[in-house]
Amino acid sequence: MFNFSNKKRGIKRRGHALSLYLMALPGMLIIAIFCYLPMTGIILAFKDYDFSGGVFGSRWIGFENFRFFFESGVAWRLIRNTVGLNFLFMVTVQTCAVIIALLLNEIYRYRLAKIYQSVLFFPHLISFVIVGYFAYAILDADRGLINSILSHFGVGKISWYSEPKYWPGILNFISLWKGLGFFTIIYLAGIVAIDPEYYEAIRIDGGKKWHEMWYVTLPFIKPLIYINVFLALGRIFYGNFEFFYNVVRNTGQIFSTTDIIDTYVVRTLTVLGDFNMAAAAGLFQGVCGFILILLANWVVRKIDSENAIF
Amino acid sequence: MAKKLSKLNNKPFKMTIIAIFIPICLISIIPLWVIFVASFTQDKAISDYGYQLWPRIFSLEAYTYLFTTPGLIGRAYLISIAVTVIGTIVGVTLMSMLAYTIAHRNFKLAKGVGFYVFFTMLFSGGVVPYYILVTRYLHLKNTIWILILPLLINQFSVLLLRTYFRRLPQSIFEAAELDGAGEFQIFFRLVLPLSKPAIATIGLFSILSYWNDIYQALLFIDDQRLYPLPYFLYRIIFEHNIIQEGAQYTGTITPYQSVRMAMAVLAIVPVLSAFPFIQRFFIRGITLGGLKGGE
Repeated sequence: MFNFSNKKRGIKRRGHALSLYLMALPGMLIIAIFCYLPMTGIILAFKDYDFSGGVFGSRWIGFENFRFFFESGVAWRLIRNTVGLNFLFMVTVQTCAVIIALLLNEIYRYRLAKIYQSVLFFPHLISFVIVGYFAYAILDADRGLINSILSHFGVGKISWYSEPKYWPGILNFISLWKGLGFFTIIYLAGIVAIDPEYYEAIRIDGGKKWHEMWYVTLPFIKPLIYINVFLALGRIFYGNFEFFYNVVRNTGQIFSTTDIIDTYVVRTLTVLGDFNMAAAAGLFQGVCGFILILLANWVVRKIDSENAIF
Repeated sequence: MAKKLSKLNNKPFKMTIIAIFIPICLISIIPLWVIFVASFTQDKAISDYGYQLWPRIFSLEAYTYLFTTPGLIGRAYLISIAVTVIGTIVGVTLMSMLAYTIAHRNFKLAKGVGFYVFFTMLFSGGVVPYYILVTRYLHLKNTIWILILPLLINQFSVLLLRTYFRRLPQSIFEAAELDGAGEFQIFFRLVLPLSKPAIATIGLFSILSYWNDIYQALLFIDDQRLYPLPYFLYRIIFEHNIIQEGAQYTGTITPYQSVRMAMAVLAIVPVLSAFPFIQRFFIRGITLGGLKGGE
């Protein structure tokens, strides 16, 4: 019986392959057009783009664009902001998510815990455009909520949108607001899966709540933490474009601390029309990102191969 | 001694935790609340007193304005809905077919296709080539297609589906092949019905990504009639011109601040109402995808 089915499958396999090609085709075509074709355009970073020449007709200038990108100081500012802010966000969100998940786990029996979890998760679904509205309503120099409260207490109003120094903190807070619920769910899912017997064992040995957390819960979710951390590190050169674009918008005064590679590229392209700089910055980001993602994925695979992407 | 201590760790400890969460949750909601309040506040009150936690002067003018001149936001809504519906249906179909070929055990090119699809998660050409490709070579600028096509395939979703399909029991498919079923039949009659949770999850991801997208519109749409909802909302918050146009029709003074806030509220309403479903699917998606991290 088994032999027969093998034989039949063998003959049918040829016929089936055609159907499978057809099934994969449309998807692959979309990817070819929107992902692979643009990849050929990376040569633009090495050219001086002009409209008449197009991609292939423009003049080749080697690393000129990159030299300008780095020498003008733009590159370092962008790298510092992109990598620095991403790192800050990651540390903040992951730490808080773990703590909140641990706390929620303690009260998980009560239905209130599920409500809390939902409330915390809700910001994740709000589009960043709306987040931009919140930021405006809360931080506007004249009408924002915070300034109203401040002037109520006699403290002077602060022109938030003109002071670069506040923004890492502001952005970090918004990133936490948005991401906490999501990661809390992930960690909580990991925590509730821990076998209660381990807790029993600790309690029998005279351990208190804090011992339970340190010796049981944390070790069990350590792999999860590492995975989240390394995946975030792999993407450290990629900022969350929509976040920055909507909250920071085109407020030049705060660019020194808030401009990231992604927003720089889009702005340089659409507003300034400088294809060369944008192309160089974009390629730089792509290459750094590529190396880091591979590294991060390699690390994650060592920890828990199922969770690695490749 | 140990028992006494663990008793201490119970009721009051848990009560404090419950209490701690209240301010945290309030902070999660306050931004939304402020917008909500502002939409029900008289516009002049917003100009004079700013954004508050309770309407200074209650008013429904923002909403009456919106409902009497729907042209402003109505069109953006329509565009978003059309793009989301078409994009999700077509996208989910294409993605699941693609994932099926990658997950198929007897397909020679499965690994190749897999690599082809997943490599694009590692490296991207960047914005500039993409922009030039779309505007200069594909001529898709200011068309509705550019809002749909690029988002059709989401590699994470394909990955999730592949993992799910791989875990399906193969014996049913073998039996079907014996009975003479072709791949398409197996796919549509067996695989899809068995994969409802996974399909629903990626469908949801697709819906959310289309509904919230501003990137394509930002780069490629100048024509106001094609603005999708989020991009429309993005444009009006600091720019006055669009709303001013409306004033020319009605001949009255447009209450901008509160109207903007009302539009934002209207944009959140669909998300809010679908929230319980969304949360359930996200959690399911996380467990299906194997607890992956990163957004």
